[in-house]
Amino acid sequence: MSTIELRNVSRWYGNVVAVNDVTMTIGPGVTGLLGPNGAGKSTVLHLIAGFLAPSRGELTVEGAASWRNPGLYRTVGLVPERDSVYAFLTGEEFVVATARLHELADPAGAARRAIAIVDMAGAQDRKISTYSKGMRQRIKVAAALVHDPQVLLLDEPFNGMDPRQRLHMMDLLTKLGAEGRTILLSSHILEEVERLADTIQVIVSGRLAASGDFRAIRRLMTSRPHVFLVRTSDDRLLGSALIGRPAVAGVEVTNGGLQVRASDYGTFSRELAVLARDHGVRLREVLPEDESLESVFAYLVES
Amino acid sequence: MSGVFNKVVASITLRAVFGRRRALLFAIPPLILILVTLLLKAARPQGAPWPGRILGDFGFTVILPLTALIIGTSVLGAEIDDGSIVHLLATPVRRSSVIVTKFAVGALLTMAFVAVPELIAGLIASGTFGKLAIGLFVGALAGSVIYNALFVMLSVLTTRAIAVGLLYVLIWEAVLGNFVSGARLLSVGQYSLGVANGIAHDSALHAGLTLTTALIMGAIVTVLTLVFASRRLSEFSLKGDAV
Repeated sequence: MSTIELRNVSRWYGNVVAVNDVTMTIGPGVTGLLGPNGAGKSTVLHLIAGFLAPSRGELTVEGAASWRNPGLYRTVGLVPERDSVYAFLTGEEFVVATARLHELADPAGAARRAIAIVDMAGAQDRKISTYSKGMRQRIKVAAALVHDPQVLLLDEPFNGMDPRQRLHMMDLLTKLGAEGRTILLSSHILEEVERLADTIQVIVSGRLAASGDFRAIRRLMTSRPHVFLVRTSDDRLLGSALIGRPAVAGVEVTNGGLQVRASDYGTFSRELAVLARDHGVRLREVLPEDESLESVFAYLVES
Repeated sequence: MSGVFNKVVASITLRAVFGRRRALLFAIPPLILILVTLLLKAARPQGAPWPGRILGDFGFTVILPLTALIIGTSVLGAEIDDGSIVHLLATPVRRSSVIVTKFAVGALLTMAFVAVPELIAGLIASGTFGKLAIGLFVGALAGSVIYNALFVMLSVLTTRAIAVGLLYVLIWEAVLGNFVSGARLLSVGQYSLGVANGIAHDSALHAGLTLTTALIMGAIVTVLTLVFASRRLSEFSLKGDAV
C-alpha cells in the first residue's frame, strides 16, 4: 500500500521552477530522496510535509492532502533540516512537550519510549543547548517519533554528524523501515542512502531523474563512460597506446595531462598500469574526474 | 478536543521569551515611566495638569506601544525567525490555538510590564486611587490586548515585524494619529486613550475618540488581526532549496 503520492506536482517561486512535474509513489520501507545541493529535494520534502503548497498537481499522504491539514501530523513525523530547536528545554522536556501537543494519553511514557529508541536516555536531563549536532538530530527524531507515526520525513538527517552518529542513525532508520513505516529521507550524499534505502527517488534540477530500486539505478550509473586525468612521464606515448585499446573511448592531451574516457571501467583500470610498464612510461597520477555526485546526477538527466 | 488556549504552547512561549536577552528590555520602558513620574512629582506643585499629559501622551504613545512591540514580536516572531516554530507546527495543534495562546501570553506580559506600572505611576502622580489611576490602568489593559493582536499578526506577515511595527508607532500613531482626525480611527494608541479618558474624564489625556468608539474599534481590530494571523499561520511555508 502506498502512503505518499505525488501526481504531476510542480512548485515555482515567481519565475523560478523549484519542482517540475514530479510524479512519484512512496510506500513502506526506507526511501532516499537524492539529488545535488539545490536540486529541489527539500522543496519536495516540504511539499509532502505540508509546509509548502503545490503550485500545480496533487499530493496526498495516507490519502489526505497535506497542505493546510494539521491533522496530517497525527500520522506523520517530521525531522526538519534546520538545527533550531527549543534549546532552553532539556531533551526530555522537549519530547514530553511534543507528546502533549499531540494530546497523547501518557505523554511521559511516550516520551520515555521515543527517547529510548534514539538512545538518548543518558542525556535527556541536559538542556538541548549543551547537545552536539548529532544529539540534537537524535532528540529531534525522538520528538518526531513520540506519537508513533506511520510516516517519518527527515530532511538531510546526517548533516553535521560524525561517522559513529551516522551509523547509529542509519541503524535506527533501517529498523524503523523494517517495522513497516514509511521513511523518506533527503540527502545529497549517495553513499549514505546506498547503505540505507530500499528505493530511491533522484531529483535533479527540480525534475525526477530516476526512481525505483537502488541497485538498478546504480547499474545505470556505472555503465556511463568514466573520465580520468592521467599524469605520466610521457603523456603522448601512453596516449597513443591507450587509444588502441577497446576499453578506451577517447584520449585528449591537455596541459594538465591525459584526459582518458574509459568505456569499461574495470578493464581500463587493469590495463593502464600494464600498458604504462610495457611502454616504459611512469604513471605519476591517476584521478577520476567525474565521480562527484553532481556528475552522476547530470549523467542520469542526460540519459 | 482542547480549548483555544494551549497550556503547552503558553509554557514554551514564556520560557522562550524569558530565555532571550531581549526580555531585559521589557522592564526598561516602565522603569522610565515611573522614574519620570517620580521626578515630576518631586519637581512640580500638586494641581498642575502634568499627570494626564505625561502618563497619557508619553505612557500611551511611547511606553505602551514600544513595550507591546518588543513583547508582541517576541512571543511568535522570534520562533519564526529561528525556525523552531516548525516543531510546534508539525503537530496537530490548531493554528488558531497557537495564535490565540501567543497573543494571550503577549497581552498578559504587556499588562504586567505596562498596565501595572501605569497604575503605579497614576497613583504616584495623583496621590489617590482615583479615576485617573484607574482610567490609565484600564486604558493600558485595553492597549496591551489590541497592540499584541496587531504585533502578533505582523510577526506572521513579515520577518521585519519590529521595523514595520516601529514605523506604525512612530509615523502612523505619533504623527498622523495626532494631527489627522481620520487616522485616529485606526490608531491603537487612540483606542487606549479613549478607554482611559472614558473612566478618568481628564482633558489632559488628549483622547480623540469616545469610549464607545474606542471599544468597538479595538474589538474589531483585535478580532480581525487574530483571524488573519491564524489564516496566515495555517499557510506557513518553509523555503525550499533554490534551483
